[in-house]
Amino acid sequence: MTSEQLISELNVLFEEVIDEGTVNLTPSTTAKEVEGWDSLNHIQIIAAIERKYGFRFTLIEIQSFKNVGEMVDSILSKI
Amino acid sequence: MHPTLPDFNQLKKAVKQNLPATKTIRVALAADSASQFLCTALQGYAALQGVKLDLYEAPYNQIGLQVFNPASELNDFKAKYIILFESTQHLQKHFYHTPLAERGDFAQHHLQQIGDYAEAAQRNGAKLIYYNFTDCNDGVFGNFATNYSRSFPAQLRLLNARLTEVASQHKNMFVIDLLSVQSRYGQAAMIDPKVYIQTDMVLGTEILPAVAKLTMDSISAIEGTFKKCLILDLDNTVWGGIIGDDGLNNIQVGGLGAGKAFTQLQQWAKELKNRGIILCVASKNTEHIAMEPFEKHPDMVLRMEDISVFMANWDNKVKNIQRIQEILNIGFDSMVFVDDNPFERNMVKENLPAVTVPELPEDPSLYLDYLLSLNLFETASVSDNDEIRTHQYRQEAKRVAAQQYFENEDEYLKSLDMVATVEGLTDFNLPRVAQLTQRSNQFNLRTERFTEEEMLQFSKDNNNSILNFHLADKYGDHGLIAIIMLQQQGKEMFINNWIMSCRVLKRGMENFTLNTIVDTAKKVGCTVLKGEYLPTPKNGIVENHYADLGFTCTDNYWTLNITEYTPLKTFIEKKI
Repeated sequence: MTSEQLISELNVLFEEVIDEGTVNLTPSTTAKEVEGWDSLNHIQIIAAIERKYGFRFTLIEIQSFKNVGEMVDSILSKI
Repeated sequence: MHPTLPDFNQLKKAVKQNLPATKTIRVALAADSASQFLCTALQGYAALQGVKLDLYEAPYNQIGLQVFNPASELNDFKAKYIILFESTQHLQKHFYHTPLAERGDFAQHHLQQIGDYAEAAQRNGAKLIYYNFTDCNDGVFGNFATNYSRSFPAQLRLLNARLTEVASQHKNMFVIDLLSVQSRYGQAAMIDPKVYIQTDMVLGTEILPAVAKLTMDSISAIEGTFKKCLILDLDNTVWGGIIGDDGLNNIQVGGLGAGKAFTQLQQWAKELKNRGIILCVASKNTEHIAMEPFEKHPDMVLRMEDISVFMANWDNKVKNIQRIQEILNIGFDSMVFVDDNPFERNMVKENLPAVTVPELPEDPSLYLDYLLSLNLFETASVSDNDEIRTHQYRQEAKRVAAQQYFENEDEYLKSLDMVATVEGLTDFNLPRVAQLTQRSNQFNLRTERFTEEEMLQFSKDNNNSILNFHLADKYGDHGLIAIIMLQQQGKEMFINNWIMSCRVLKRGMENFTLNTIVDTAKKVGCTVLKGEYLPTPKNGIVENHYADLGFTCTDNYWTLNITEYTPLKTFIEKKI
């Protein structure tokens, strides 16, 4: 899967969890730029990604993501 | 996670949606861990059940402060229910801070504190909802922890066991069996360790719907919504195979084939019956064949005396469940119907939406576990009277059943809220009226058949009239159920035909119909009704019809003087 494909899948997943309309992620997007991406929704987003792609992030990984791009790279390295 | 439970995201959306609610409950929640998601799950699950939770969430880890201070926000909120969630994780930390010498009394001390929570809630007029503790071996003493009373596992288990005593001493306290969620779904599902470390949330999003359900089950039961009755299908539900085809020796129960799966379901049902749940049977079978296993099969756990109402016949299940409801006089919402057949289940679900109908798995070995996962028979109390209550219900069932088939049916008939409409022949009802004269064999006094054309001809004669009766009751519309064809012959009104549907027998429809005939006859100046019974091989059921209604027989005709007619008793209201 390419990172573009993954990002478009993540848009859908984010929209489903945040439930506040359209989400347009880019590799440089950070949490504070997305309406509703707060710490509580973040927990659900991580859990939803793990469920959808069938792997587990480590604690260190999720604490180190600085933007969507880093998260995407991490996911792609695991699936 | 669970096939019938919504996931956490659906619960979250349900909170946002402002769903219509039939009731609002004020609830305050305090936890020693992060509780935002638990609150969301509770509110969402309640919303899907039609309950709005007016919820106050205490700040993180402030249980003691909020509960014991009479002026706290929590106490100020005046909740009906105070939900306290103390986690094993925090209990464990607390234990490790307890000096070694005092650890042997750790559980006892904490139980005292829980008792104090209950009393504080009581002073505030609230009920306490308290979660028991998930289990954990902290890996300090290994198996030996179970031998050593100063170990955390030993104190934790003691605490859980003695929680029962605290709850039984405090009538306003109810324990949610969180431990049962852990034993069903496993520790891996209970907690997401990453999230716990990051946010101190001890319940993972995956498990929250199950926890919310269990909590709301308890609150609903306290609020008075709970199941009283389990209705069982028989073939492939209570035993394997079909009794009518396979016979007594070949149905699977006990040692034969998949029998164990059915036996364990029966054992559960029997225990429920011992607790006071009413057991009933609704099965498409010939009655005496269906009863045979209950009477004769050595491996049956359930026996005839366990069943309050036994409905084995060829009517549909909806009708039989309605009959059970009438006999027991309990709400449909307090009934659970278990049937292996999806068609029967759907029919009941569509027609009696208040009845709980579990989507039984195909594999009988999964029946019981699936049913247990639904926590169908929550209760807020158990009394020693429960067993007697079953007995009383059975008495009641017999009494009402007798009432239905013998005399004084008044209350029963009244409860049906029957309404009848009477109309003449119309373009709309003509085809159905003609058809009924052609098809009806049993309740048909003269068995004269009419085509639509003949029917029209009959109605065109000014001396003739036709009365068509529709009946509806609280369960639905029975449609066209009776036809009366009258011919005026001077002062006499001849009942050319009296046809009724057997579906509405025993409802006082005969009386209502006669009252209507008399009204019609009087209006045109008649003083006598005249009827005739022409026997056929099929209409024996109305042999005494006119005699029962007070007519006298002369020369093969039945007559009734109507000049001083007193209308017969009926519980059917006439709709104009």
